[in-house]
Amino acid sequence: MKQKHLVVISAVFLLIAFVAGALYYRSEQTKAATQAYQSNKSTFVRDYSPTRGNPGAKVEIVEFFDPACGTCKEFSPLVKKMMDAHPDKIRLIARYAPFHEGSEGVVKMLAAAHKQGKFWETLEALFAAQSNWTQQHRARPELAWNYIGGIGLDIVKLRQDMNAPDIDKMIQQDMEDVKKLNVKATPEFFVNGKPLPSFGYDQLKNLVDDALAAAY
Amino acid sequence: MHAPASAEDSNWTLLFVCWLLACVSTLGSLFFSEVMGFAPCILCWYQRICMYPLVLILPAALFPLDRNVVRYALPLSLLGTVIAVFHLLLVAGYIPESIKPCVQGVPCTEVQIEWFGFVTIPLLSGLSFLVITALLIMVYRRSST
Repeated sequence: MKQKHLVVISAVFLLIAFVAGALYYRSEQTKAATQAYQSNKSTFVRDYSPTRGNPGAKVEIVEFFDPACGTCKEFSPLVKKMMDAHPDKIRLIARYAPFHEGSEGVVKMLAAAHKQGKFWETLEALFAAQSNWTQQHRARPELAWNYIGGIGLDIVKLRQDMNAPDIDKMIQQDMEDVKKLNVKATPEFFVNGKPLPSFGYDQLKNLVDDALAAAY
Repeated sequence: MHAPASAEDSNWTLLFVCWLLACVSTLGSLFFSEVMGFAPCILCWYQRICMYPLVLILPAALFPLDRNVVRYALPLSLLGTVIAVFHLLLVAGYIPESIKPCVQGVPCTEVQIEWFGFVTIPLLSGLSFLVITALLIMVYRRSST
């Protein structure tokens, strides 16, 4: 019957349009991010951003993260493993994206710890205890203090530093870059400027492998 | 008993257009949330609750044509229209902050897209609900005479 064909064809057409639109949108995003990485790299790496790995590495993973984000915690050891597998070839850059309620206070803590050169140790300790200070997607910085005692931080200095205006500025700058780079969820990875085609560990690994193959 | 074939045909077409609109709205909203990554606010969710069922209810009434579907679809589209209008008034600032129903997560007053300077997501939703409602009422009127 003609009417039935019309309905089926419409449904198929709409679905194809949706998928095509999604693919087109993704490819435009990738193009825009890659261009921005070449023309305006500071959007990806600020001079105050904590980094890990060889500064001269040719593969850069930029990670926008939230200390209260469970998936960021899950990815942390995976990224580390990836870096260990290719020593000196990968550099990780951490960017703040405090999307959870209350996590800005924890980010301030991390930024102040970075001033003492202990960003990664502090982050690791916070991730390890994450479920203790994040409840129902709400970060509670006052509880997070209990878990950063064993790292050798100067807590008095940390408390002073974390409320300094320069740290506010850093976080604001990172949030501006979040908007510019269209980061909507954490963790968001960019490998040499390329965003993940879709979210997942394999997708990240593929991007990194491709970048390694291209650079080395 | 049976309406003339031409009236049947135009009722069928009206319901079909309603269904198309519901599909486009559903896929559009999914595009905003799943592809572009906009988190839906609570009012958006209520509007989705009214819109998504239409995608399944309306085609069931196309084969064979069942005008009674208006009785099931109209309450959904009317409610959706009301929520969309409320949402628009909230964004426009005509409804004061104090009775804003959402404080956590994404605020409903946040404007995530603005095409041509005035086309927002709640406007698209409201238009879609309004047209669906109008078409359903047309089908209802025809069947009652």
